[in-house]
Amino acid sequence: MSRQLKILAVLALLIAVVVVTPHTTPFLLMLATRILILAILAMSLDVLLGFTGIASLGHAAFLGLGAYLTAILAVRYHFGLGWDFWLVVLFGILLGAATAAVFALFALRARGVYFLMITLALSQCVWGLAYRWDSLTGGDNGLNLPGRPMLGPISLGNDTAYFYLVFGFFAASLVLLYIFVESPFGRSLVGIREHEVRMSILGYNVWLHKYIAFIVSGAFAGLAGVLWAHVSSEVSPEDVTLTTSVDALLMVVLGGPGTLLGGVLGAVIVLFLREYLSTLVPWWPYVLGGVYVATISYLPDGLLGALMQRGRILAAGVTPAPESVQPPNRAKKLEVNEGGVS
Amino acid sequence: MQWMRQVGLLALAVALSALVTRPAGADELRIGFLAPVSGPLAQIAKDMVDGFRMYLDDHKGDFHGATIKLIVADTQAKPAAAVLQAQKLIKQNHVNMLIGGVLASTGYALAPISTREKVLYIASVPASDNLTQRDAHDYPYFVRTGWTSSQPNHPFGEWACQNGIKKVVTIAADYAFGYEQVGGFQKTFEACGGQIVQKMWPPIGTVDYSPYISSIKQDADAVFVLPVGAGMLNLTRQLQASGIVPRMHLIGSGATFDEFVLPNMGDEVIGAYSALQYSAAIETPENEAFVKEFRKRFGKVPGYFAESNYTTAMLIDAVMQQTNGKWPGAEAFIKTLTALKVDAPRGPVSFDDMRNPVQNIYIRQVEKKKMFGDSKAELWNVVVKTEPHVSQFWSFNKAEYLKQPVYDRNYPPCKFCK
Amino acid sequence: MGNGEKRPTMDTRFWLLQVFNGVSYGALLFLVGSGLSLIFGVMRMVNLAHGSFFLLGGYVALTALWGTGSWLLAGLAAAVVVGIIGMSMERIFMRRLGGDHLRQVLLTFGFVLLFQQGALDIWGGDNLFIKVPQVLNRSLVLGTVYLPLYRVFIVAVAAVIGIALWLVLDKTRAGAMVRATVDDAQMARGIGIDTSRVSMLTFGLGALLAGLGGMIGGGFLGVYPGLDFEILPLAFAVVIIGGMGSLGGAVIGAVVVGLVDNFGKVLFPQASYFTLYAPLVLLLAVKPTGLFGRE
Repeated sequence: MSRQLKILAVLALLIAVVVVTPHTTPFLLMLATRILILAILAMSLDVLLGFTGIASLGHAAFLGLGAYLTAILAVRYHFGLGWDFWLVVLFGILLGAATAAVFALFALRARGVYFLMITLALSQCVWGLAYRWDSLTGGDNGLNLPGRPMLGPISLGNDTAYFYLVFGFFAASLVLLYIFVESPFGRSLVGIREHEVRMSILGYNVWLHKYIAFIVSGAFAGLAGVLWAHVSSEVSPEDVTLTTSVDALLMVVLGGPGTLLGGVLGAVIVLFLREYLSTLVPWWPYVLGGVYVATISYLPDGLLGALMQRGRILAAGVTPAPESVQPPNRAKKLEVNEGGVS
Repeated sequence: MQWMRQVGLLALAVALSALVTRPAGADELRIGFLAPVSGPLAQIAKDMVDGFRMYLDDHKGDFHGATIKLIVADTQAKPAAAVLQAQKLIKQNHVNMLIGGVLASTGYALAPISTREKVLYIASVPASDNLTQRDAHDYPYFVRTGWTSSQPNHPFGEWACQNGIKKVVTIAADYAFGYEQVGGFQKTFEACGGQIVQKMWPPIGTVDYSPYISSIKQDADAVFVLPVGAGMLNLTRQLQASGIVPRMHLIGSGATFDEFVLPNMGDEVIGAYSALQYSAAIETPENEAFVKEFRKRFGKVPGYFAESNYTTAMLIDAVMQQTNGKWPGAEAFIKTLTALKVDAPRGPVSFDDMRNPVQNIYIRQVEKKKMFGDSKAELWNVVVKTEPHVSQFWSFNKAEYLKQPVYDRNYPPCKFCK
Repeated sequence: MGNGEKRPTMDTRFWLLQVFNGVSYGALLFLVGSGLSLIFGVMRMVNLAHGSFFLLGGYVALTALWGTGSWLLAGLAAAVVVGIIGMSMERIFMRRLGGDHLRQVLLTFGFVLLFQQGALDIWGGDNLFIKVPQVLNRSLVLGTVYLPLYRVFIVAVAAVIGIALWLVLDKTRAGAMVRATVDDAQMARGIGIDTSRVSMLTFGLGALLAGLGGMIGGGFLGVYPGLDFEILPLAFAVVIIGGMGSLGGAVIGAVVVGLVDNFGKVLFPQASYFTLYAPLVLLLAVKPTGLFGRE
């Protein structure tokens, strides 16, 4: 399938989603909004995991920071509820990027499984802060936002209006991230994922590449956080727990790392199972766990990767290199087994 | 492949059912029940639903002409999920009211929704003081049928001081419920002449309390405990192993010794005092019948999670009796509900003007005995004193009380902590 | 500092108690952490289901206890059953992922979900507790200091198991094969060691240790849903500080975590959420493979 055809297909899919969803049920509309926000989070994590080859167990931290920033500004300073909402979006992105810049200084000193641990520990520190600094964050009660922003005559309190806004951010994120991973910089990230030593021999500053990828990842996750705060109009420490970080990882791996849209598919599946199947049957965790185990065992490139192989669905983003289809080769590219220092 | 087609069909069926919404029947009362069905609080959710369902089944799902349709939604113990499910119940299932929630954060997340959507929310468990105090005017559609965190501890503090306890060390979980319970106790305990000499706040998720236990001031004569969450049973056990108990009196939160956990505790809690609006050992015919039936149906003694929701169902039924089974709209329902006086298993229940219950508070002591004709001796919260007609404001002047800040880690300040 | 949180009198009694508490807590963590450390050493992957093994050990022990009334049998059952679960997991699921370590890690998380829900369905959501045998259910009294005998027992068990592990690893042929695989798997294969068999047995052993830990911990921490998620970061902390694959490191890591957690809570109560994670971040930033880790 040619590049143009793939892009057209994705465009058609996106248009279908934005046109059809508001005419389904109120629940599906609300669910779709949440899926899109978490898809932004998943895509941001995919930049690190799928493209650069490093797995972070602490992405909830950026989501949480973006969300708490939005909530604190709204509740304590009455800021961000009108056109200044766009400023909050900017601040959320900057905060996510800045935090990532700081975290990465620590985290990139470790590799593989130690990177997992240190990102986990950093994220738990953010959780502890959210929980303990209750004069600012409301502690375990959380913070209730006074309502969604009013953009002139449009009230984002209307679920359809908010859906369109979130969709706009999602589409923009998808496009920007696509450009990012397709750029020479993005390509070198994939090179680093595939064979880091070779890249550094070739003269690439590997550390700087990873650092920038981390910052980009954090920025988009922060954006997701801002949108997340307004989707339920409340923020609590529950949004920053280990489970959220693992959910993000789940979404990327399930959908297919290194494909951007894989994270979106993963978000659809995970949220659909959690929020919808849970209303029908009590044994839904088995389905989630089972799907997850089956996907990792039998579909090493995630669901999207498997579907792509069959040529039935088109995806934007980098096609995983053909040799990565067999698990043993992939092991060399994903650096969990190495314990060295960068 | 065969399995793919089947999966596809299942997915289609699931998707289609999402689109189906039936409008409410003429005399149907739709109730959205929110509880943490999955996750570590699953057992609490079960007790809540069981309590409500028991009343429902006893009345064959009919409240004086209104057919009850109960829809249980899983909050996963996360406020964000609770919000989504609540919105779905309101906008898609067209429920007349929401009931339930457990955590303070869920109560705080759902209350604004009730205001925004003008839908009644009956909080049968969330106990955050301010929802019916300093924030009550923000939530006119919010009614409580359970309690406020400090409500039982106001009379408890006074009782403790009047019964020989002079110096107390508190070990309470580091979150709002802990602050409000300790605060309520401290206020009346110190007003009567008692002294809180040490306050410790172990973080949620603590399993090893030995750092706190080993720091207990040796001149205290009682330890007030409020452990919460999964490791809560460890505190009382570890206190006993350390020798602190029974040298010092063991007192604590009513929620800590509630029948929900009591059967899993050992003999180390015999003699412990606590206060709550309910005890399964209340010796009235109404409660005895309630406890026996619950035990027969669900194999366990009911605690306050179950009783609270049973009584909520009873209250809804009482309103339906007055409206002949017709849903009168949220505002009229709230008015009628808060004017009621019923005899619940916990005793007489009425409401104050902030939509919080006025009820008996029982000072209880854990004893091992046989109750209600049972042949086995078990741990029960035997009632030692009944404080009637207790509101969330106790004997304080309401206006004065609301001027002071909500109980917090540092309020009331610990004057006697050196 | 908030009021009511002033430092307690730090006399000998205080220090004795704190050290004892920290060390005995560390002993339990050693039981959990040693398995995790071994698994990493041999298989170069982190078993996210390790907390679940701990919890399952507690639950299996409970069932065995209810069925047979024997505390010792319960311990045996917990160790054996969880060990078998571990080995099966490795053999059936993880084996097929070849050497892809990240995927193996993520796969173990899928099992966490399944175990969590399964445990909830089988044993319910109540807080349960493994009754300690009467002979251990008392305290040693030294002056005004009460030392719960059960905690002393935990230290003793951890010591025995630690020594047994060390003897096996150091003095037996099987142990030599494990050590060879830890040092250089490729080389080990080269000299004829069946590393996949070693992996399976090591994973099983790690699970067994965690299960045994859960059974012993069940008389001290209890057995309840959520314990798996609570014990996991602690197990990680032990192996991170002690270094992956190092048994001696696991001992030191366990004692350090136990003491730091204990003293942190007593001396810096306001920072109690960070007493574990902040030092971990700093340590990993300075020495990413842990205090005693090797490449």
